[in-house]
Amino acid sequence: MSAVEAAAVSSGKAQSGAAEAIHVENLHKKFGQLHVLKGVSLSARDGEVIAIIGGSGSGKSTLLRCINCLENPTSGIIRVNGEEIKLKADSHGHTVPADRRQIERIRSKLGMVFQNFNLWSHMTLIENVIEVPVHVLGVKRDEAIAQAEKLLARVGLAEKRDVYPAYLSGGQQQRAAIARALAINPRVMLFDEPTSALDPELVGEVLKVIGDLAREGRTMVLVTHEMKFAREVATHVVYLYNGLVEEEGPPEQIFGAPKSERLKQFIRNIG
Amino acid sequence: MLGLLHSLEIAVGATIVGLLIGICGAYGKLYGGPVVRDLLAVYTTVVRAVPELVLILLLYYAGTDLINQVLTAIGYQRVDISGLVAGIAVLGFCQGAYSTEVMRGAILAIPQGQIEAARAFGMSPGLLLRRITLPAMLPFAIPGLANLWLIATKDTALLAVVGFFELTLATRQAAGVTKAYLIFYLAAGVLYLAVTLFSNFLLGRAEKWARRGMPSVKEAR
Repeated sequence: MSAVEAAAVSSGKAQSGAAEAIHVENLHKKFGQLHVLKGVSLSARDGEVIAIIGGSGSGKSTLLRCINCLENPTSGIIRVNGEEIKLKADSHGHTVPADRRQIERIRSKLGMVFQNFNLWSHMTLIENVIEVPVHVLGVKRDEAIAQAEKLLARVGLAEKRDVYPAYLSGGQQQRAAIARALAINPRVMLFDEPTSALDPELVGEVLKVIGDLAREGRTMVLVTHEMKFAREVATHVVYLYNGLVEEEGPPEQIFGAPKSERLKQFIRNIG
Repeated sequence: MLGLLHSLEIAVGATIVGLLIGICGAYGKLYGGPVVRDLLAVYTTVVRAVPELVLILLLYYAGTDLINQVLTAIGYQRVDISGLVAGIAVLGFCQGAYSTEVMRGAILAIPQGQIEAARAFGMSPGLLLRRITLPAMLPFAIPGLANLWLIATKDTALLAVVGFFELTLATRQAAGVTKAYLIFYLAAGVLYLAVTLFSNFLLGRAEKWARRGMPSVKEAR
């Protein structure tokens, strides 16, 4: 058992009996000369909410994006649902996925929510939400629509179902993007700074939706700058500094009694 | 009238061939390996550099000759390539170079996050092209492609030089026989104009539909 897993189990809040949904081990990522991740390990069991915090350039978004291979890791092991992502070196020496279909299968179980929402602009909200279930997962169209209507209602956008994303506020777009991610019934939800592009008064409505998901036991990995929110909903907090895990543990410990000097300073600056 | 029909047949065919080449070409230029990219760069540069009339003469005569030489070399009979097919192929080949660039620009104009989102949800490259990239680039591509279509309708006139019976050649013959030059050439001009006006109407509708998710620019003024 790795140190990370030991920490996760000993944190008490983690359900040690639950299956491991995401397992990242000794992950390295280089962009040319730039060494962004220098051996990061991470584990998320079913029902856990992992919050990744850290300053800008610490590698937290890169880490999240490596989990579904939007960025190809330079080296390291990534397992999703116990299935290890097969990687190989291409002719230029870059690491690339060895099996495209495997990546597509794994991605369709991970619901990603982006900083800039990235809704498809040529589709209405309901079309955005049913797109992946219908065309990737092969769900029947009317079933997908029924489910999508429920999801849109859940994020408070039922009456906007036939509106195009460009006509909505950022908060509404991000809530729709969360509905889109939920529509694939994901094993894990990945959030990449979901509130960083929002006006301050719109942050609350999005955090409320994410908080509700956390409370009903969805497994989530969340990169965020909202420390108060991370403290409320996370079961485990990982502080990244300069491409390495500087400190991690349950939120009370990270925010209440940080050990590392850098983390102390980070919390002082941001709080 | 038969001439007009032939012109339109060639223009439609050439545009379709050009669009297919354009999609493949734009994809190749953006995502292909270094060899593919270099080959496409040569293709678009050469085709756009050489006057179309020269290309038409070259490809029409040299192209059919080459095909027949290859056919005889591997033991088949010579074939007579119809003017229609040759015309579509030659003009389509020229159109392809231009539409490659139009589509490349249009794909680059799509917010990359939308493509990334599609990848993040497990779409295969084919599905991504069909469901996201093509519809999302359409609003950016339509003005340029509309230009290409209108140019294609008029480039069909160039095929008159290789003896293909299209609107301009038909007009010249009719005018030559009757000596009523003014009337026939004016009539041809009006026909080209009518095609353009009708195209503009359809393209306007198409553009409106393609931009359905985008707020009007007038509001942003």
